[in-house]
Amino acid sequence: MKGVRNEIVRLEDVWVYLEDTLVLEAIDLTIHQNDYIGLIGPNGGGKTTLLKVILGLIEPTRGTVTVFGGTPKEGRKRIGYIPQYAQFDREFPISVLDTVLMGRAGRRGLFRRYTEEDIASAEKALQTVELSRYRDKQIGRLSGGQIQRVFIARALVSNPDLLLLDEPTASVDKYIETEVYDLLDELQSKMAIVIVSHDIGVISVHVNKFACLNHRLFYCGEKKPNLEMIEDAYKCPIDFISHGKKHRVLRRGKK
Amino acid sequence: MAGVLASIACGMVGSFVVVKRMVFISGGISHSAFGGIGLGYLAGFNPVLGAIIFAILSALGIGVITERTRRQDTAIGILWAVGMASGVIFIGLSRGYAPDLFTYLFGNILTVPSSDIILMLVLDGIIITTILCFYKEFIAISFDEEYAKTTGIPVHLVNLILLCLIALTIVVLIRVVGIILVIALLTIPSATANQFVSDMRRLFWLSILLGVVFTISGLAISYTLNLPSGATIIILAGVIFAISSAVKSLISKRKSFDFAS
Repeated sequence: MKGVRNEIVRLEDVWVYLEDTLVLEAIDLTIHQNDYIGLIGPNGGGKTTLLKVILGLIEPTRGTVTVFGGTPKEGRKRIGYIPQYAQFDREFPISVLDTVLMGRAGRRGLFRRYTEEDIASAEKALQTVELSRYRDKQIGRLSGGQIQRVFIARALVSNPDLLLLDEPTASVDKYIETEVYDLLDELQSKMAIVIVSHDIGVISVHVNKFACLNHRLFYCGEKKPNLEMIEDAYKCPIDFISHGKKHRVLRRGKK
Repeated sequence: MAGVLASIACGMVGSFVVVKRMVFISGGISHSAFGGIGLGYLAGFNPVLGAIIFAILSALGIGVITERTRRQDTAIGILWAVGMASGVIFIGLSRGYAPDLFTYLFGNILTVPSSDIILMLVLDGIIITTILCFYKEFIAISFDEEYAKTTGIPVHLVNLILLCLIALTIVVLIRVVGIILVIALLTIPSATANQFVSDMRRLFWLSILLGVVFTISGLAISYTLNLPSGATIIILAGVIFAISSAVKSLISKRKSFDFAS
């Protein structure tokens, strides 16, 4: 029974067509309270779409999605979302603190201004990501890794129970990547995390569950998926790099 | 007076037009307003009223279309031309001569009647109040619409409200610079200001200030050189924008040079 009680997200037989293209096919996925899931798969395999389905940004063509016992639209207030990096205008005239505050824009409701409490929790979130001294800087002036952490702070400011990250390290340097993962390791005890990546090597050291997605969910479990499963998901030869055990395995699969 | 009122509206709303990249949308709304002006002539009511109705309707239309399709620019282009064409037809149908038609197309700040000043005052009031009410929502949807949705903001509704504000602003501006040049006064002050500020509130103030400077000094120049006022204002604004862009890029180049050496 324990497993049922702390279930927070459940997808049952979810199918998604986007402009007549099948993106997700018969997805069954459950996320539990203490999960730290690495969602891997090839580009265009539907990883981002899956996150958006959980967030209620995309309606599934078929199937049901339950988020914190309700619809995604009801449940998403408890989700912190970190979209794919670099989808914003760096000239945008907004300070770091105001960016973080946006994470609370919806819950404060229309016609209301941010309260002292909002600002206090935004400052706390900035502290968590160690960016307090940049609070008044314009967001575009920060480095890539710092912006990424601002977005994490923006997701944290609403005290979420689930954190969804879409390739948070896709376009940042290796040392920033380490920074981001260290931060996530700390947060992991307080909330469930789903992290999208196409680099299984890096995430395998951190996450406690894996999900392989390429339109269908090929594998979901606690063990690191083996090469055959991944190749099955990718359906093409891949370079497989493992950073897990201090040595690297580089193998090219056959067609 | 009219110039200051127009600058307040275009400074605030123009800031959102620039940061949310809605310049083309604004162009569509302003040109479709011409249909309303034509209808005003034909049916014998104040053309400004007609412009308000048409601008709001086209703003709502664009908002709904944007939600449904990805090709919003096609839809805007169609609305743009059809609005303009219906204005021409309405005016063609109305008997006689439309005395200040040219004013609506190219603006003439000196001929704004006092009734229109009151109307502009009211519209300015509406614009300021609405922005104060929806300030954080407007910023959130401008920054990232999809993210805003996940925080629970009714993005579609807020978008429609912002589009209506743009429509009202355009009506305020038509009197000053005319339909064809509206887009310039809506974007140039904010675009210039955006080069120097890092905060939305300061962007408002600087845009308003620049708007006032552009309109008043443009007026002075047009008076002394005997040139059309609307066009002079825009040319002045354009030149200042070009200069400030050049200065700005020079500064940042020097900065990166210092950094390198």
